[in-house]
Amino acid sequence: MRILIVGGGMGGTILGNNLARRLKSELANGKARITMLSASDRHMYQPGLLYVAVGQMMPDQLYRDQRSLLEPEIDFHVDPVEEFDLDNNRVKTKSGKTHEYDVLAIATGSRIVPEAIPGLAEHAEYFYTEESAVKMYNRLREFQGGKVVVAVGVPHKCPMAPLEITFMLHDYFKHRGMSDKVQVHYTYPIGRTHGLEPVAKWATPEFDRLGITYETLFNMKEVDGADKVLHSEEGSAINYDLLITVPAHKGMEVIEKNGLGQSGWIPTDRHRLTMEGHDNVFVLGDTTNLPISKAGSTAHFEAEAIAENIAAMAKIGTPVRDYDGKVFCFIEAGRDRATYAMFNYQNPPDPKPPTKAVHWFKMAYNQLYWASARGLL
Amino acid sequence: MSDVRVIDACNTFCPGPLMELIAGMKQAEVGDVIELLSSDAGSAADVPEWINKVGHEMVSSEQVDGVWHIKVRKMK
Ligand SMILES: Cc1cc2nc3c(=O)[nH]c(=O)nc-3n(C[C@H](O)[C@H](O)[C@H](O)COP(=O)(O)OP(=O)(O)OC[C@H]3O[C@@H](n4cnc5c(N)ncnc54)[C@H](O)[C@@H]3O)c2cc1C
Repeated sequence: MRILIVGGGMGGTILGNNLARRLKSELANGKARITMLSASDRHMYQPGLLYVAVGQMMPDQLYRDQRSLLEPEIDFHVDPVEEFDLDNNRVKTKSGKTHEYDVLAIATGSRIVPEAIPGLAEHAEYFYTEESAVKMYNRLREFQGGKVVVAVGVPHKCPMAPLEITFMLHDYFKHRGMSDKVQVHYTYPIGRTHGLEPVAKWATPEFDRLGITYETLFNMKEVDGADKVLHSEEGSAINYDLLITVPAHKGMEVIEKNGLGQSGWIPTDRHRLTMEGHDNVFVLGDTTNLPISKAGSTAHFEAEAIAENIAAMAKIGTPVRDYDGKVFCFIEAGRDRATYAMFNYQNPPDPKPPTKAVHWFKMAYNQLYWASARGLL
Repeated sequence: MSDVRVIDACNTFCPGPLMELIAGMKQAEVGDVIELLSSDAGSAADVPEWINKVGHEMVSSEQVDGVWHIKVRKMK
């Protein structure tokens, strides 16, 4: 069985390593082969960008060499896919090579599109890339006081990031003794402070306690950089001195260009994780069109389910397991406290009040991530 | 008339049905109709509230076997 994994990020890496372990003997005797194609020779721990944006981590702490994370049996190439020919079970890469497969897994992730809102890319700070996170930190350092507005695009990866950056900004300015000079103002697209109702239920009183103001049902329409005003689709306007955004996301261009899914989101079966109409094409991580959190933990749990299924297909000819929609997210509630939310298709989350212990566990996870990517956790 | 695009947000908690609808509306063209399926009772109230605020049109809203079917036309 020729298995091709496109994407060497969180989902692709965990899938590849998990599969390599399950198919040890098939890989050794030539009955199975795993090839991975990616766009980079480095693997970034993206959640670390949040800490880079407030000066708590350095960018070089976020990277590992991708090859070093992979089981040796995986045939890894930095050669991004440019054409998907799903009817003929093959892809073509940037270097011009063609790779044929029996089973394909697509985990190409997502990208920010701040340019979708007029004025946003030029006038807002954000932290979803290394460059922008470093730039944002520099702006925070220079900031002398005023109104800091947090604005959120839809859809976005890491559903906890809007709350986390807001709490972290509050603590950052407090730490610098600037609380009396800074007003942090949070906005959110729907009618409460977070998509998850139980999370909104603890976040809102937390905002009240900390003096963070907020406005809900606020979807960005345009930014007037000259007058420093942010306008919403709902007809309201907010003056800002510093605008921080979680920009809207799309899937990768290559997905849309090849007609695999509108805006780069691939239509995916919520339990089998196969692409609609293609039983030998699995989709995982941010690039699915599933109405669930675009998060590393989602990619992780999906990868485990898909690995079990592809291995079963190699061994007994049929998949064996459904994905249950499991997601687990840490939620940083400031510099030194955190909580978490865990849920699946059937069970809503029930986050507990933030504690220091959970924060330190998240700090430990920032390092443990590399063991998780290797498939050891 | 363009096809109705269905967004099935049943039994999903995060980001949630309204957020899925907002994302879906961004991809749609003016005049398109989106049908949101939601098992969350809150959707029957929070979807119309958002639509009224932004100025889209509510086509229909009904509950069938515990699932809300809410049709919305993009107006701008
Ligand atoms: C600031 C920030 C904070 C976050 N915090 C959290 C958190 O606390 N918890 C959490 O669970 N998640 C968090 N996330 C989200 C998490 O990082 C992503 O959801 C996760 O990385 C998605 O995994 P993926 O495999 O789908 O995509 P990615 O990990 O982004 O990997 C995509 C891969 O595809 C490759 N690729 C792209 N194009 C091609 C191509 N044409 N051909 C081949 N390969 C290609 C890329 O090189 C990359 O290796 C955060 C993200 C950010 C940015």
